Amino acid sequence: MVSEEEVESIAKLADITIEKEKLAGFTSRFNDILEYFDILDQVAPDETTKDDLYNVLREDEVMPSLTQEEALVNSGETEEGYIKSPKVM
Amino acid sequence: MSDSNSGCGCGCGDGKGCAGAAKPSEKDVKDLKVIIGLEIHCQLNTKTKLFCGCSADFRDDAPNTHVCPICLGLPGALPKLNKQAVIYALKVAKALNLEISEVSEFSRKNYFYPDLPKGYQISQYDKPIALRGKMTVDDDEGHEKVIRITRIHLEEDPGRLVHKISRDRAGYTLVDYNRSSIPLIEIVTEPDLSSPKEARRFLNKLRATLEYLDVFDGEKEGSIRVDANISLEGHNRVECKNISSYKGVEKALTFEITRQRNLIRRGQEIVQETRHFLEGRGITTGSRSKEDENDYRYFPEPDLKPLRVKDWADKIELPELPDAKRERFMSQYKISVNHAKTLVGDIKVADFYEGILKNPAISKETELAATWVCDTLLGELYYRDMKIDAVPRECFADLVALLKDKKVTDKVAVDVLRAMLDDIHEGRKCAMPSETVEKSGLGKGSDDEFTEIIKKVVAANPQAVADYHSGKGNAINFIVGQIMKETKGRADPKSLNKLIVDYIASME
Repeated sequence: MVSEEEVESIAKLADITIEKEKLAGFTSRFNDILEYFDILDQVAPDETTKDDLYNVLREDEVMPSLTQEEALVNSGETEEGYIKSPKVM
Repeated sequence: MSDSNSGCGCGCGDGKGCAGAAKPSEKDVKDLKVIIGLEIHCQLNTKTKLFCGCSADFRDDAPNTHVCPICLGLPGALPKLNKQAVIYALKVAKALNLEISEVSEFSRKNYFYPDLPKGYQISQYDKPIALRGKMTVDDDEGHEKVIRITRIHLEEDPGRLVHKISRDRAGYTLVDYNRSSIPLIEIVTEPDLSSPKEARRFLNKLRATLEYLDVFDGEKEGSIRVDANISLEGHNRVECKNISSYKGVEKALTFEITRQRNLIRRGQEIVQETRHFLEGRGITTGSRSKEDENDYRYFPEPDLKPLRVKDWADKIELPELPDAKRERFMSQYKISVNHAKTLVGDIKVADFYEGILKNPAISKETELAATWVCDTLLGELYYRDMKIDAVPRECFADLVALLKDKKVTDKVAVDVLRAMLDDIHEGRKCAMPSETVEKSGLGKGSDDEFTEIIKKVVAANPQAVADYHSGKGNAINFIVGQIMKETKGRADPKSLNKLIVDYIASME
């Protein structure tokens, strides 16, 4: 279970403002989701969920990249090939 | 206002946390031990990024042209780990004597900043690829000491941000993801370093080692970035971020030590904080710390499988590393420890030295060659901002051969070397020194040849001769200087000295 304080601090880390009156609502919805994980935790792992895979690797071979145009197609704003973001410093 | 309630009276203008604190004596402050630990991020020179096939050779290219759905963090894209990056990390771990972990895992380090398109950085947290190693470094007295390495882990580089000021002064940030997901290793040391100079030597040696291993190119801009933890014994620790050059490390640490000592002198407490190094100004400034360790909310990366690569490390064969090469140079070539250290400090210099010794004319002149490489060539290269690879080995070997055969004086050899480097630097073909010397008649003259000149110069400077007779030995130096000028340095000053003294004696 998370508290309202924790929700507030997570919102701050994600640079999201949650209005005071909405805080209780968000907290209870977070807790609803967390309850599902509590249910999942009760399921004992069995053979079908066992995963023995390791060292899944690829060779160091260059593959084609996107073009700059393709790369920027979803960006709200761009400038000279860069993605424009609000000031962060 | 009376002194008793106007604060601490130490001039800090604060009074908080300062009032009443006993100010330590100057000697106590000076004697405080300096404690430094480093976190060093090095880009590995793989062909592709850590989790996708985008080319890692991005430096000269337009922004956002080395990107794909994986390194842009588009929904549904899955990382695929680069095998070469794992091998390179193992190589470094082995070279620095770390224990390779039986199982290692990747974790997500969550933070919200536009340099991370996914909202998290894939790094390693509680199961890094290797733990507990060591590397030796010379302390400030020249004694070898052991620096313990805490761990090495693999992680991806974030993108690059360019901060702009707009007309309304609000400013904005431009983002280039070409660097996003370039493979990095982070090497963390224990707080075993005791001075800024020692820290710099440690970094230089680390760089040399990584270049010997051929996993890293220190000449690429931003290929190494350092965070330094620094404290004075018994006081709080400060983390300095944003150091991106070898010189910068020494500067940032020196500044921090002075700043911290000054605070302690005034009886103030050191605030435990993260500070930013401003390279241009050579200072550190307090930065509101972004996150606590907890705020990163590390958790295992579900899209990547664990690594079990301990046995891979056993199969990796390491090349000869700097310490071993230094020992071999000293025993095989009988050169001084200082020359050997200088030569092995950069694999390109070491290779150049051994390369010129392959020339049969000078293969036995190991000391002469070491002296001219270390004491003259490197300085002349540094002065011109040139790299040793630019110097044709046969030309330099030819110059050493002239010196060996005493065909040129040291002075002429330096002049010829300078002309040679200037030619290369300005894009001209560099001539063989022996040809240059022959053409321009710079070969060392015979004693007979100089007799006439000595006669002439002595005759023209009776005052100097008189001074010599009256017991001023230095007067001879004046005459030597005149003759050196006259002969463009072709005469050997030592033998000249004797010739002049003999000549003056014969005049009586």
